[in-house]
Amino acid sequence: MDLDLDERTLEFRSEVRQWLAANVPERPLESFNTAKGFEQHRAWEAKLADAGYAAVAWPAEYGGREASMLEWLVFEEEYYAAGAPGRVNQNGIFMLAPTLFSHGTPEQRERVLPAMARSDVVWAQAWSEPDAGSDIASLRSTATRTEGGWLLSGQKTWSSRAAFADAAFGLFRSEPGSERHRGLIYVMFDLRAEGVQVRPIAQLDGEYGFAEIFLDGVFVPDADVIGEPGDGWRVAMTTANNERGLSLRSPGRFLASADKLVGLWHRQGDTSDTALAERVADAWIRARAYQLYTCNTVTRLSEGGDLGPESSVNKLYWSHLDVELHETALDLLGPAAELTGEAASDGGHWSAGYLFALAGPIYGGTDQIQRNIVAERLLGLPRESSANRNRSGS
Amino acid sequence: MRFALSREQRDFSSSIAAMLADSDTPAAIRAWAGGKHEPGLALWRQLAELGVTALAVPERYDGIGAGTVDLVVALEQIGYHAVPGPIAESLAAVPALLAELGETDLAASRLPALASGTSIATLKTPPAVPHALDADIAELRLCLDGDAVLEFPRPDGAPLTSIDPARRLFDVPGGNTTRLATAAAATERALLLGTLACAAQLVGAGQWLLDSSVDYAKNRVQYGKPIGQYQAVKHMLADVATELELARPLLHGAAVAVDSGTDTVRRDVSAAKVSAADAAYRAARTALQVHGAIGYTAEHATGLWLTRVRALHGAWGTQAWHRARVLGELAGTGR
Repeated sequence: MDLDLDERTLEFRSEVRQWLAANVPERPLESFNTAKGFEQHRAWEAKLADAGYAAVAWPAEYGGREASMLEWLVFEEEYYAAGAPGRVNQNGIFMLAPTLFSHGTPEQRERVLPAMARSDVVWAQAWSEPDAGSDIASLRSTATRTEGGWLLSGQKTWSSRAAFADAAFGLFRSEPGSERHRGLIYVMFDLRAEGVQVRPIAQLDGEYGFAEIFLDGVFVPDADVIGEPGDGWRVAMTTANNERGLSLRSPGRFLASADKLVGLWHRQGDTSDTALAERVADAWIRARAYQLYTCNTVTRLSEGGDLGPESSVNKLYWSHLDVELHETALDLLGPAAELTGEAASDGGHWSAGYLFALAGPIYGGTDQIQRNIVAERLLGLPRESSANRNRSGS
Repeated sequence: MRFALSREQRDFSSSIAAMLADSDTPAAIRAWAGGKHEPGLALWRQLAELGVTALAVPERYDGIGAGTVDLVVALEQIGYHAVPGPIAESLAAVPALLAELGETDLAASRLPALASGTSIATLKTPPAVPHALDADIAELRLCLDGDAVLEFPRPDGAPLTSIDPARRLFDVPGGNTTRLATAAAATERALLLGTLACAAQLVGAGQWLLDSSVDYAKNRVQYGKPIGQYQAVKHMLADVATELELARPLLHGAAVAVDSGTDTVRRDVSAAKVSAADAAYRAARTALQVHGAIGYTAEHATGLWLTRVRALHGAWGTQAWHRARVLGELAGTGR
């Protein structure tokens, strides 16, 4: 058992570090939940892609560099330590791409992935509906068979990035009268196609981080169906596991925040406030725990294990850690903590990050759902009732 | 990087688990509390047969000289089964102290008996460990006073009583001690290993409390269904599982740090202790809540583990002390 990085990984780390030092924009980009910031982030993603860093773990033919999971962890650590921009296309890179690798055709991979890596196409997710939140399997939007493809109708909501994105992916009911997990189809669709109407929704911070999508007979060719029609649920589970699990939230971001918090404490913390000192220490300890837990997961996966219900342990832990890190920083900053943007001493890093962190225990499966999954699948406690026996928990 | 237990380590853990699962440890704990050590010492002898008492003793003193991860794996199982006695002292801190002292005669005269399990050691190291555990049965009774290593005579009075009745604590009388050696590096290493051993036992005890609570929640029926079907119960147990899952990597990471001699070892051991104690204590409180009144009885085993966890929570350095050390060690590293 060791935590040593081999020569190759160390070289990779130093190469990434140098590139980031030379290329990360000095002034932070505007939020990607604004029209202007979105395009700034798109340009940044293209720059990353040109250097081969947009999706390091992918095969080279699609724009990746075939990094091992360990190298991916190292990349993420360096990326966030360097203060590099948030990833505007993370829905695509970390949710849709793994689904395509598992269930897509070679043609789909060749068509979709390189454009995704460069963010020529930025992806939104389209899972939730007004009456299908935690209980995704109760979704009602439909896909109706037509010549050469399907016609999508219905309404999706809470679609992250949809306000400015180019395309989306999600589940629709393709077999009329089917219930729950049966009779669903997984499709990719163009957000600018005829019959699509996107209505941006302002989030807590007033920015348009997600949107409603109204669909009225939107044509999707057969080529944009992933997996078999009717088998969409199983296909989507690949994505769900990736969202909750390792891919979307590597430890790098939390470690960078924890180091920043410790730096803030040592620079301007009130050393007589021992209660706050303990919280700062705890937040760092928890970020470190998550890093080591991930090292164990990576080892397990590289030896043929799979993610399973541990992905819910993962998500419960990091989403709370993220809130805790930011709450502690705000308490440390005192009355000035409420300031945002240019007015804030830190450029609004902590206040903006706090609002972002608050969404963590909700998206990708709420805390309550994750705890059910941990209790039932990891601990083997009995399911609540037979009516919900097929509940997936997404 | 390969950050997972090896097959050998998992097998070793299973063999200790199998041995202890076959023993009636609650009976041994209760007997120990009443001053009847024999059933507990029988467990120690079985552990010695598996090599557990020799793990931290170097080979040149008839030990195994195993890695610290191996030691932690064994101590998690010992904590899981709440084996009574001066575990952290005899299996980790004192072997580390004597092996590091550089006093070969002293080590040669004491360590082989610790390795074979024929001798048990206790250690007082104030302020983190203000009393000597089981000093009445320990052949080797040491006390750290600053950099000095002192030996003290066998106490003749009754033990101080602890919230965990199986922890028989003794005041070490002033005077009448013998100075054995002086060494700062060795005393620091003893403290690191003792703290890590305490953390390992806490993670193990927490896991037992979780497992027994899950079993109980599956079988106890109220309002016509197992209480483990209610989300209020499920969610408490899921939180315990999550905290324990994340405490374990810190524990193993600290063990790796001890062996690799990295300069972050103090930070890592303290982080492991903080996380292990918090996770185990949450497991203990939750176990009591899930079991309800039966868990609050002296007859039920839950209380043995609960009070063990409470006692170990503050042993080998308080949470506040370890958190302060983590922050102190991080000074100058933050961004």
